[in-house]
Amino acid sequence: MYDATRLPKSRAIHKSQNTDSTGVCSPHLSLKLELQFKRMAASSAVTANYVLKPPPYALDALEPHMSKQTLEFHWGKHHRAYVENLKKQVLGTELEGKPLEHIIHSTYNNGELLPAFNNAAQAWNHEFFWESMKPGGGGKPSGELLALLERDFTSYEKFYEEFNAAAATQFGAGWAWLAYANDKLKVVKTPNAVNPLVLGSFPLLTIDVWEHAYYLDFQNRRPDYIKTFMTNLVSWEAVSARLEAAKAASSSSS
Amino acid sequence: MAIRCVASRKTLAGLKETSSRLLGFRGVQTFTLPDLPYDYGALEPAISGEIMQIHHQKHHQAYVTNYNNALEQLDQAVNKGDASTVVKLQSAIKFNGGGHVNHSIFWKNLAPVQEGGGEPPKGSLGSAIDTHFGSPEGLVKKMSAEGAAVQGSGWVWLGLDKELKKLVVDTTANQDPLVTKGGSLVPLVGIDVWEHAYYLQYKNVRPEYLKNVWKVINWKYASEVYEKECN
Repeated sequence: MYDATRLPKSRAIHKSQNTDSTGVCSPHLSLKLELQFKRMAASSAVTANYVLKPPPYALDALEPHMSKQTLEFHWGKHHRAYVENLKKQVLGTELEGKPLEHIIHSTYNNGELLPAFNNAAQAWNHEFFWESMKPGGGGKPSGELLALLERDFTSYEKFYEEFNAAAATQFGAGWAWLAYANDKLKVVKTPNAVNPLVLGSFPLLTIDVWEHAYYLDFQNRRPDYIKTFMTNLVSWEAVSARLEAAKAASSSSS
Repeated sequence: MAIRCVASRKTLAGLKETSSRLLGFRGVQTFTLPDLPYDYGALEPAISGEIMQIHHQKHHQAYVTNYNNALEQLDQAVNKGDASTVVKLQSAIKFNGGGHVNHSIFWKNLAPVQEGGGEPPKGSLGSAIDTHFGSPEGLVKKMSAEGAAVQGSGWVWLGLDKELKKLVVDTTANQDPLVTKGGSLVPLVGIDVWEHAYYLQYKNVRPEYLKNVWKVINWKYASEVYEKECN
């Protein structure tokens, strides 16, 4: 019986696939793996299919914590460029028309990144990031999410400390995440465009720590940016919804 | 007793002289932020004074501070024979030490226009560039393209391969010094393409930064390094 609680690592996924000579997965992904991967992506409710979806709030709605100017550049230029460049990059290739999650998975290629990975993963990551925030957000979560954070980190404060440290110590460009795998919550940090999808876990929350995410508002002061994010921006509702979806996805395939 | 020598902060006489200070009887060498040989605003309009100040006083200073901390911890771990901590510290040393090394070179790679910034390379370096890249414009085009293509954070370099006796263009990720791409590589010109190097002025348009930075590149310094390595 297929056990979805044992999420296979990318390495295992690739061993069982047919790959063509360029390393791009052929369309014949095993059905089980494709389904499981779709569930992982669906749990985060990011439905980007090469579309620049606007954040679920106006570009000035996160002020004064994240400026309108930052949103105009970060969403309007950076995120837009990832989407537009991805479209150009997959045009006329095997990847054209494939769901975004499929492209991310294929081009991650077990860590030997293929050209479209950066644009594909960044398109996904940014939509996920906008939806991780809300006006009037921040503070402590409640209910089941809080209970699980307390279970897996011993306290919310310990989780905060770990998430903060991950975000602060990701050298160079990257992301910090709260993720769910094997019925456990964990904090993960990733470089550049890498995300938990390709590492075998369900993303629940992210903070972008590429410099472009905070430089206009905070310059070099990344710790202040992280604190502001946690205190004033995190949408725990979004995180809770993703957790529910992740748990449903995990249990429904057993 | 602890001996303290306060090195001169006026001149950028070289990494070792301006940046070392003995502390304590263990002799753990600590590093200090080198001074810039020009004012923060002197590279305008190519690079804004605001960027230069934050880049130097905040970013480079942080690398120096964190490098010193990592070295201190390394010293303790080495003395205790704590091998796993020694290994664990390597990434912090590479990152922060690399940041200090790279930025120290970068400040010397730049010069105000009045002090020769932007003047094309001459002499033996100029000839070598013509030989390997066709022309200085050919080199600039290649470096700008490679710098623009760096994903995430990093540097684009013009280096000399001492062994093969040829010029190379290469990129490094994060704060990896050029030598991580080849033990015989000597950096001649490095351009920082981390977003902090240009964002306040050029925002997301890194190619525009790369177009303009050449106006303040100090080819005289690059020539000095080249000539020294070739002899």
